Amino acid sequence: MVSSLSTSVRTIGRMRAWNCASAFRTWILLKRSYASDAAKASLNHQAENVHEGGDKPVETNNVEQYDVAIVGGGMVGMALACTLASMPLTKSLSIAIIDSNPALGSRKHIPNDSIPDPRVSTVTPATLSHFKDIGAWEYIKKHSHAFFDKMQVWDYTGLGYTRYNAKDVGREILGCVVENKVLQSSLLSRLQDAGVGERIYPAKLTSMSLQSHFPSAVDMLDIETSNYSSRTSGDPKRHGCLAKLDLSDGNTLYTKLVVGADGAKSSVRKIAGLKTTGWNYSQHAVICTVKHATENHCAWQRFLPSGPIALLPIGDTYSNIVWTMTPHEASNHKSMHEDDFVKAINHALDYGYGPHPHSNLGFIDKFSWLAGGAISSMKESFEVPPKIDQLVSERMAFPLSLMHAHEYASHRVVLIGDAAHAVHPLAGQGVNLGFGDAICLSNIIAEGILVGSDIGELSLLKKYEKERKMANLTMMAILDGFQKAFSVDLGPINLLRAAAFHGAQYIGPLKRNIISYATGEQKWPLFG
Amino acid sequence: MAYRSSQHLWRQTYRTVFRSTNPNVLCPRLKSKSQLPIYSASTFVLQRFYGSKVGESGAATSVSSSLKQAEVAKFAAIAETWWDIEGPFKPLHAMNPTRVSFIRSTLCRHFRKDPNCARPLEGLKIIDVGCGGGILSEPLARLGATVTGIDAVEKNIRIARLHAGLDPSTSSIEYSCATAEQLVELNREFDAVIALEVIEHVANPSEFCQSLAALTAANGATVISTINRSMRAYAAAIVAAEYILRWLPRGTHQWSSFLTPEELVLLLQRASISVQEMAGFVYNPLTGKWALSDDVSVNFIALGAKQIHRKAL
Repeated sequence: MVSSLSTSVRTIGRMRAWNCASAFRTWILLKRSYASDAAKASLNHQAENVHEGGDKPVETNNVEQYDVAIVGGGMVGMALACTLASMPLTKSLSIAIIDSNPALGSRKHIPNDSIPDPRVSTVTPATLSHFKDIGAWEYIKKHSHAFFDKMQVWDYTGLGYTRYNAKDVGREILGCVVENKVLQSSLLSRLQDAGVGERIYPAKLTSMSLQSHFPSAVDMLDIETSNYSSRTSGDPKRHGCLAKLDLSDGNTLYTKLVVGADGAKSSVRKIAGLKTTGWNYSQHAVICTVKHATENHCAWQRFLPSGPIALLPIGDTYSNIVWTMTPHEASNHKSMHEDDFVKAINHALDYGYGPHPHSNLGFIDKFSWLAGGAISSMKESFEVPPKIDQLVSERMAFPLSLMHAHEYASHRVVLIGDAAHAVHPLAGQGVNLGFGDAICLSNIIAEGILVGSDIGELSLLKKYEKERKMANLTMMAILDGFQKAFSVDLGPINLLRAAAFHGAQYIGPLKRNIISYATGEQKWPLFG
Repeated sequence: MAYRSSQHLWRQTYRTVFRSTNPNVLCPRLKSKSQLPIYSASTFVLQRFYGSKVGESGAATSVSSSLKQAEVAKFAAIAETWWDIEGPFKPLHAMNPTRVSFIRSTLCRHFRKDPNCARPLEGLKIIDVGCGGGILSEPLARLGATVTGIDAVEKNIRIARLHAGLDPSTSSIEYSCATAEQLVELNREFDAVIALEVIEHVANPSEFCQSLAALTAANGATVISTINRSMRAYAAAIVAAEYILRWLPRGTHQWSSFLTPEELVLLLQRASISVQEMAGFVYNPLTGKWALSDDVSVNFIALGAKQIHRKAL
């Protein structure tokens, strides 16, 4: 009798606390904005092929609870899930992945002999070794991929060029080009084979509600009167301060941590109210797959008056083109006849806009003290990229922009990949920064679990933010600087640019530093 | 006042007798000292001093308690701010992961648990004495332990309960407003008894250690952390933390109530707990991080094992 009375008193107390708490709660509802064309064409993200109205929402009203909910099952989101599933401290976490991309629903077989998709990523050796660690490389290597051990960068003025060679830094490769869909499906297969009981929700996030703070002192004065031997009951219906996610298929889930891996137009970021800074470059990138006669093991990049054109090997006699130009030029190049387009590419990669640079070996002799040790690529002369024979895929164009979130984390919410930062796809670094985020966040979560922290706790997530902001901003500033330096056609600037090329080509230590930075080996450029 | 100065004087004498600077060699040395006549002299002092009832202790409760009521009131006043990580307990929040990592690794060693898993303390019954708002109880519960948290301040317990209820993985913590002595009377036993930053706030540290020992099951572990009574601790924990940095409300700590590692080891020894591991906490003002170290001159933590062959006095 006494105990039942005290229980009811406690229940009333709890209800009052609940009401008070809900007044302090910030309920923010936001409809997910559908991926626009820009995001659909994005090199790095999963937003394409969003099934609209294809699957009927099923009202199941299931309430599930997870440790981590990853919104966006793209390459970066999948890499996070895989990394968490492979580390001893984090493998027992329950993970939900929310993505409406139908490709995630079932294992999709990617035929090996098909023509490579134009959406590719350059995986740096640092990312590659992480993929090996988490067991994903086994899956990726079954598909077409291309290593490159050389890189040549030059510009249209013909004043200079730089060749990088993996041997300069004692490595086998500078990077590996893999199709985005291969990366994504390999990571998914790895995750499914790990058998960690993750669950994929083929739905969109419709709303998210978060309790921003622990109820304040005022609420607490009202709380149940304490009873000496009473026990706090673990009522499963109470999800306390967990984040609540409502999905388009009628499911509702509760989670300790929401990870926004949903791309540059992240709805998680918007709902959490995390602000961004950014600008458009008023440039578009045109991407496609091309075929040439010989095999290619070099990454080529030439700076043209309106932007760089890059030719990346993607296995066999195929290469990938990323050509940056003005929006007007982009629409022209997208719609012109295939033969004309191939001609335009060959023109841009060869004699178009200006002469070939000539090797300036006299420079080495004059400034041998700068060379700082023999580097094999220093004496390599300029080469002309392979001649393109045929366009073998559709051409896609998307606008380029730079975006950076002021904060990567708030209570129970954290952003990774393009949701936190979008960069110029200049050196193929965008997705590697995202993978870097995923690795760092996994380590921070493991660190938290080690000391029994709540993994959604802001102080823990801020550690991730601090670490990644530095790395991401440095790379963004460099890429943005590059983009600006190469988009000006002015005599003195051209000369400076040529000097920079010479520096990068012939100053040994500088060259080694640039390579190890670009391959993800080193955190800071120049200060090795 | 007379009590304070007598305590202070005694400690001065005591300190000169047992001055040991290296904590790592402390335990064996003390064990051998226990055979010496000097030990019996100190035993006499200890009994004379700690055995006497201090007026302010246990006045409000019917059950005997080693608590100081003034200290209880001090914490009740700031209880609401336990989970405000920018509030008065900010230093405790900052230090907490370091404390937990000591407890995690030493308990794993003591109970031969696998430290490389997410819930290494699974199956262990742990009591957090002086749990406050549950800052330590919650991580211990997430590490798999079955946790009981007790505190003499009822408001703390209410806050701890409310906060633990917010996370399903901590909602099983049993919180109650009680003192260690009250649980001893109920014959409760735990695999590990943990009292962090509590002993410097109790009126009778000797009795407190006896109670902790009584709560510890055979072959169990007792973990205590406190502040050293050193000049550096005075500078760091009182002058810097309370007056300069204002991390803590003024008057949070009384330098004279601090214990040196030697004194703590001795008090535990007398309660049949032999100290096995000890570490210091050091704060790096540049990174704002705490780390474990062998420097025990300010904050330190010790884990002792309960010996079964020698029952408490």
